[in-house]
Amino acid sequence: MCVAIPALIKSIDGQLAQVEIGGITQTANLQLCPQAQVGDYVIVHTGYAINTLDRQEAKETLDLFEAIARVAQEEN
Amino acid sequence: MKYASEFRDSRLARGLISKIERSSRTPVRFMEFCGSHTVAIFRYGIRQVLPKTVTTLSGPGCPICVTANADLDKAIALARIPNVIMASFGDVLRVPGSYTSLQAVRAEGADVRVIYSAMDALKIAQNNPTKQVVLLGIGFETTTPTIAAAILQAEQESLTNFSVLSWHKLSPPAMKALLDSGDVALDGLICPGHVSIITGSQAWEFIARDYGIPCVVAGFEPLDILQCVDMLVSQVENGVAKVEIAYRRGVQHEGNTVAQQLMETVFEPCPAQWRGMGTIPASGLKLRPEYGRFDAEQVFDIDPGPTREPEGCICGEVLRGVSPPVDCPLFGKVCHPENPVGACMVSSEGSCFTYYLYGGKNE
Ligand code: SF4
Repeated sequence: MCVAIPALIKSIDGQLAQVEIGGITQTANLQLCPQAQVGDYVIVHTGYAINTLDRQEAKETLDLFEAIARVAQEEN
Repeated sequence: MKYASEFRDSRLARGLISKIERSSRTPVRFMEFCGSHTVAIFRYGIRQVLPKTVTTLSGPGCPICVTANADLDKAIALARIPNVIMASFGDVLRVPGSYTSLQAVRAEGADVRVIYSAMDALKIAQNNPTKQVVLLGIGFETTTPTIAAAILQAEQESLTNFSVLSWHKLSPPAMKALLDSGDVALDGLICPGHVSIITGSQAWEFIARDYGIPCVVAGFEPLDILQCVDMLVSQVENGVAKVEIAYRRGVQHEGNTVAQQLMETVFEPCPAQWRGMGTIPASGLKLRPEYGRFDAEQVFDIDPGPTREPEGCICGEVLRGVSPPVDCPLFGKVCHPENPVGACMVSSEGSCFTYYLYGGKNE
């Protein structure tokens, strides 16, 4: 029951959004996440979006992992 | 960016693993509070790839597992009242209470319906005006705001046949109780990612400050968990204890203030009984008096009678991280997912279920 997964917002009508999760369209309530826009990824838990995902932060994290992987490769 | 596959890259995982191998000297025990982390750690085989110095152990963060039998019995008694429709998240149905389960009373004719979202329960109430719909409110901070939102919507729509049986619990007080009990010594805490989306990473600051235990909030992809372990190892090796985030794309320091506000409006803290940990002060949430007409405890007069614990089940110790499921004499023999003796074998986030599914016997 604790499943919470990233979903892409396709359209918004009032408080409800159509979101896509792995190719399947679902309805998500945006009441807890009023800042969400079409094109944002949100974390959906029991039918409610609980936060938007930050693209910039995700990119910086992945860049950091790249750097770590490079150092590891050089050391080996 | 899909926010999923990128965080499962095996090349990047190898980089993180070798960084952890290089920096980890001190033997450490890290607890993952959250049952979903336990599932991810097993699913991606993370225990096997970590150096011998790093041990992870499962904590109490499975809402279904920690629900006390007294509460389960109450829900079962409620479901048996004629004219009541019990709306519940799926996993709860099979959890054995003292004498029976929601699933069993449903087979006997009680109207118990599986919902996916609190919104479903509202719909059932709208469609069944002559029935009383009770939503089983279960979950930590991740779920509670959604239930609060549903209660506010019921108020707006002047629904008179909708109420919530609140089993909601707060994560930080449980962690505090666990640490105060002195049962387990921890060198680091893998903090729950989706709870922290709501509470913010700030919720864990007291653990770093008062207990000197490093805390890192983690997401649920393999790279998230490896990054978290790496950050915890670094803190230990550098002799510091602070709160960090290994899930920055989702979690901020202050959390989701809209959700916090909703929770605060509808609920207030109360003592709550946790399976295996007894009653913990201010660790539960009940509806505020202003919302009393939506509180199933007030709408119905329920007396489920005395409770009973399943014989031989050590769920309590499993939830406290004191014993792994394989130490339970019933594990895999009498108790398995088709015949769960305790709650930890029912929930898909339960430690016993996860160990069973991933063959934890051989770990
Ligand atoms: S294996 Fe079954 S009986 Fe043993 S602790 Fe887990 S749930 Fe309880």
